[in-house]
Amino acid sequence: MTMLNERQQLSYIAAQAADARLNVELETEGMTLNIGPQHPATHGTLRIIARLDGEQVVWAEPVAGYMHRGYEKLTEVRSFPQVTTLINRIDWLGSFANEVPFILAAEQLMEIEAPPRAQYIRTILFELSRIANVSLFLGDLGVQMGAITPVFMAFRDREYVLNLIEGATGGRFHPNFDRIGGLKDDLPKGWIAETKQVMKKLRQFCDEIEDLLFGNEIFQSRTRGVGIIPADVAKSYGLSGANLRASGVDWDLRRDQSLPMAWDQADFKVWTHPDGDSWARCWIRLQETREATKIVDQLIDNIPAGPVMAKVPRIIKVPEGEAWVSTENPLGEMGYYVVSKGDLGPFRVKIRSASFNNISITPWVLKGVYVPDIITILASLYFILGDIDR
Amino acid sequence: MGLVDRGRMPAPLTKLFNMGRSYSMWVYQWGLACCAIEMGAAFGSPRYDVMRLGVIPLPASPRQADLVVVSGTVTDKMAPAVKRLYEQMPEPKYVISMGSCANCGGPYWDSYSVTKGVDQIIPVDVYVPGCPPRPEALLEGIVLLQQRIKNEDMAAKWRNEEFTTLQKTAALQQAEARPAPEPIVVGGGPIE
Repeated sequence: MTMLNERQQLSYIAAQAADARLNVELETEGMTLNIGPQHPATHGTLRIIARLDGEQVVWAEPVAGYMHRGYEKLTEVRSFPQVTTLINRIDWLGSFANEVPFILAAEQLMEIEAPPRAQYIRTILFELSRIANVSLFLGDLGVQMGAITPVFMAFRDREYVLNLIEGATGGRFHPNFDRIGGLKDDLPKGWIAETKQVMKKLRQFCDEIEDLLFGNEIFQSRTRGVGIIPADVAKSYGLSGANLRASGVDWDLRRDQSLPMAWDQADFKVWTHPDGDSWARCWIRLQETREATKIVDQLIDNIPAGPVMAKVPRIIKVPEGEAWVSTENPLGEMGYYVVSKGDLGPFRVKIRSASFNNISITPWVLKGVYVPDIITILASLYFILGDIDR
Repeated sequence: MGLVDRGRMPAPLTKLFNMGRSYSMWVYQWGLACCAIEMGAAFGSPRYDVMRLGVIPLPASPRQADLVVVSGTVTDKMAPAVKRLYEQMPEPKYVISMGSCANCGGPYWDSYSVTKGVDQIIPVDVYVPGCPPRPEALLEGIVLLQQRIKNEDMAAKWRNEEFTTLQKTAALQQAEARPAPEPIVVGGGPIE
């Protein structure tokens, strides 16, 4: 070590002290950012608490429960036909799809099966509600990234689908059309021809969205490589639906499960994407909308003749037993575990809704992302608050 | 607005102001549940197009809003946030409660976690029934509110009086202008 004179030593100490002071001044404090409970980007009343270091998220957690309406308790004091009124409102964008698994579970317990015509119409309405649900997602996606036009287009073309649902069921939003043993009514006159036209329009809408949004450079740079979920993590968090398929897992309950529905009569492709990022999730949903229009087109030509209602006693008493039925809803796997004690109403209903599991991955996926990416990742995960909280 | 402050507002000026207020309403969308989608359809879709009624649905914050549409189920956990939102809005402010849930609890009338009507927390001007109401129904609610605003007495509203209309104020003023009837005394003649 070289010998330093006193002056040099003093200047060295002074320099060290200045460095230390500077480090103290530049040290950043953590900041807690609260998003919600009412925020346009959270699709309802989700609240997200994110702890930030500068622009990066260190820790994030969703706070659910702002839309908890106590479904599982309410089903215990309703009779079986009354429950469908409630469960329509779980995932409010694809209402008809919510009824189907519950009705199927009740039918399983009663050991009856809907006639084939009812099964076909159920499947068609199920896919229509999927289109109504996902088309709004495609429009909403643009809004999260600053593009207002797609949402206008989505609302424009979604109205046609809602008109179809209203024409068949009488309810624009909450059809409440399913009955135990079939459907309330048959299809109205002229509905089939109109449906074909609307499906053409919807395919055009998908093309438009693909050109306008998915081909956009800003959209791609904000979604590609952002929020990557590997397949094993997705599986361990219990993701389902398009979020799981976007991680490369080929899993679709419509194809993998045999239910008394008409999906096995249609030829459709289950799309998967190997990337697992936000872009993949959005792209999978776009392809699913297209596949849904194709399913409707195939089924609508082959609806068998016959009644739409099986023989069911006037006062419905479901025999004692337990049944679990889940279907591939627009948001993912939705299932009902129905326990009946032979009364007018169910003894206990456990609702497994897709969004609750889909949102549970947010602490994992939001770790380390930048603040603007929170919004795009949440948008691409696609949840509905009623489906989370129930 | 000193004139309004002092409660002296000429009727023609009031009418002019009211017309301006009713056709430039900024609506804050407090979307909570299913009704939020129908509200979005009414406000955001080309088919219903609320802007033709002179209503602007995109304020950035409740501090810029004149009207709030509470659409959907208000739960007990959400209720403090709703109240806080209302307190943040500047006067004069109006509330439309959209859908059965916000009106009275709707299908969750016996639920343990749902507030049975948003009017328990904040005052409501227009109730729009339905589960959910069609977008046209919400538009009608907005038109009815506009009619009410057009007919409002601003000075009386400023003094926080309820049900303030121009007709009511005129009737009250007429009653004041009329000379008070002389007291009738049994037995005749004034008492000295």
